[in-house]
Amino acid sequence: MGVSFVKVYRANCNKFILDNMVNENLVKDVVTEPYKYGFVTDIETEKIAKGLNEDIIKLISLKKEEPKYLLDFRLKAFKKWQKMKEPDWAQLGYKQIDYQDIIYYSAPKQKEKISSLDEVDPKLLETFDKLGIPLTEQKKLTNVAVDAVFDSVSIATTFREELAEHGVIFCSISEAVKNHSDLIEKYLGTVVPASDNYFAALNSAVFSDGSFVYIPKGVTCPMDLSSYFRINSGDSGQFERTLIIAEESSSVSYLEGCTAPMFDTNTLHAAVVELIALDDASIKYSTVQNWYAGDEEGVGGIFNFVTKRGKCLGKRSKISWSQVETGSAITWKYPSCLLLGEESVGEFYSVALTNNLQQADTGTKMIHIGPKTKSTIVSKGISAGNSINSYRGLVKMGSKATGARNYSQCDSMLIGDQASANTFPYIKSQQPNSEIEHEASTCRISEDQLFYLQSRGIEFEEAISMMVSGFCRDVFNQLPMEFAAEADKLLALKLEGSVG
Amino acid sequence: MQSKMKESDPILEVQNLFASTDNLPILKGVSMTVYPGEIHAIMGRNGCGKSTLSKIIAGHPSYNITKGNIKFSGENINSLEPEDRAQSGIFLGFQYPIEIPGVSNLEFLRVSTNARRKYLNKEELDTFDFEELVKEKLELVKMDHAFLSRSVNQGFSGGEKKRNEILQMALLQPKIAILDETDSGLDIDALRIVASGIKKISNAQTGIILITHYQRLLDEIEPDYVHVMADGQIIKTGGSDLALELEEKGYEWTDNLIKET
Repeated sequence: MGVSFVKVYRANCNKFILDNMVNENLVKDVVTEPYKYGFVTDIETEKIAKGLNEDIIKLISLKKEEPKYLLDFRLKAFKKWQKMKEPDWAQLGYKQIDYQDIIYYSAPKQKEKISSLDEVDPKLLETFDKLGIPLTEQKKLTNVAVDAVFDSVSIATTFREELAEHGVIFCSISEAVKNHSDLIEKYLGTVVPASDNYFAALNSAVFSDGSFVYIPKGVTCPMDLSSYFRINSGDSGQFERTLIIAEESSSVSYLEGCTAPMFDTNTLHAAVVELIALDDASIKYSTVQNWYAGDEEGVGGIFNFVTKRGKCLGKRSKISWSQVETGSAITWKYPSCLLLGEESVGEFYSVALTNNLQQADTGTKMIHIGPKTKSTIVSKGISAGNSINSYRGLVKMGSKATGARNYSQCDSMLIGDQASANTFPYIKSQQPNSEIEHEASTCRISEDQLFYLQSRGIEFEEAISMMVSGFCRDVFNQLPMEFAAEADKLLALKLEGSVG
Repeated sequence: MQSKMKESDPILEVQNLFASTDNLPILKGVSMTVYPGEIHAIMGRNGCGKSTLSKIIAGHPSYNITKGNIKFSGENINSLEPEDRAQSGIFLGFQYPIEIPGVSNLEFLRVSTNARRKYLNKEELDTFDFEELVKEKLELVKMDHAFLSRSVNQGFSGGEKKRNEILQMALLQPKIAILDETDSGLDIDALRIVASGIKKISNAQTGIILITHYQRLLDEIEPDYVHVMADGQIIKTGGSDLALELEEKGYEWTDNLIKET
């Protein structure tokens, strides 16, 4: 792991006392860095009218030429959503979202049917190029298949033929609805039912696009799969839906990246991700989330309300979440595991970094249902500026979870004296023959540590970078190799100015 | 007292230095000059300002210089950042080396060494070349290779931490090394290892300041000058025999010296 993943602005460190960082300007110097993905692609888009009602949902479904069961699924979800209340239990404060002031479908205008990448609007290809996700045959990443989602639609998916040779299906969920309807009908909403929570219900009603992955029995996916989500429009929400199914004894590593332009309004992002692992299957799901976080005064930024859940249905199945959360004005996200299969394994590795006025309430739920199930939680929260960073996690041992075990470790690092960190661990056990271990710590980068590194010739910013990197090491080690560098870069950009 | 030919320019000049922390005066007019090849020892009771002097020379941000100058190679470095001082060749061996969880010792040493090399316009070393270099230096302090993969100083015994400091000194090849109670907490074998390491690293171009309470380090490394500090000042300077005299008469003797002045 490279050390210098953070380059931060130089602060006047003679007077710099991180332990009692009172000088506000200093904190500001330290925590400011322009967002590099903030550009808008000037492209003709097809948008539907603002607002949310049954007609809008029917229109979305019609545009996507969906079968009736899916429209029914949407309408049912909408009915439930209307009866639900926005959750207020998280450690988050934000101005009320006007759900009628959002455009629920926005897509770049393209030719009706695109048979090859050559027909994709060059502006779109250029956009993803600029984001470091080249899609064209000549330039595409060599060992990762990419599904690129732009606002409400999937633009392109690379390596499809190669994957198909192994029986792996990797396409947009819209295509899956058309071509693999049986799988969609069988699994959609089985992990995250529409009634699960307010934002899941909303997503179920209006989801536009997202990725679909199917790994057949006994297949180890020959390359990492990755989706890149790009929000381009300022006034439309993004509601993607991802479904990954790993059949018996199969395995896949899936990566997800997200960016958005800078707008002074807030954009709503409410995604649902469902993972299903059958006997002896394993799914590794890694996220680097870098949605626009808003400016220093907290104006603009993405409201990120996401429901991610994996179901370890099969015996000895394994689902592992790793996330690097650096963006968004608001993050509300708890990638979870339902551990049904005997000896199934759930993992959650998280780095959440907040600065300025960002707020993150993130964590996981490990629901142990089957016997001898095992879960591991490692959460690293870094709060700088005036941000609030909370870990919220539930570990539940059901009555049949004999011999189940959990280990949780939640560490917080505070930078400056205006940031706050919270840990809310919930533990429920109905099974006396199970083990739950929880460790938590909070630390600050001490002046003595900084001075020690500096007195060895290491620049102030690099010293902070080394310590933050060291703090996150347990989690970074879990990221796939290809993604680790990407995560490094994204976190670097975010921390550029965010810490030191 | 030995008298050396002062043909070359001094490495370090501390000129009538006054310094305070939280408005509390700690140094009250310290002066000393170190020429290349010289070994100076500073002795004195706890709280006399020895450690503060070393930290101020290294640029610790908690202390303010209220009067006087520190010159390094003729340049005033009063307001230079600690990393710039380190890169240009000032080394502080810490009395209590700091633990840095999660940061691998090897990476730390490499980044640090490269920062110094960059300053010296030497080629920066990649991981492989650095491993070669560090292997050779590990010998000097008889450290095991396993130390490199651990977090910086974390879980190191007192002696291991001190040896890690000398390893850093060996890698950075400073022009002046200030070693703050490097001998404290060492058993006699570790002390010999550390002392021989220091001697091997230093040469006719290097200046060394040993801050210590005990004669036993000075038995291993004979100083050219011994300074006795009390209440933020150097109250007496002499040759290596001064340390012996101090050992014999104890600090009460220096208390009386203060009263006399």
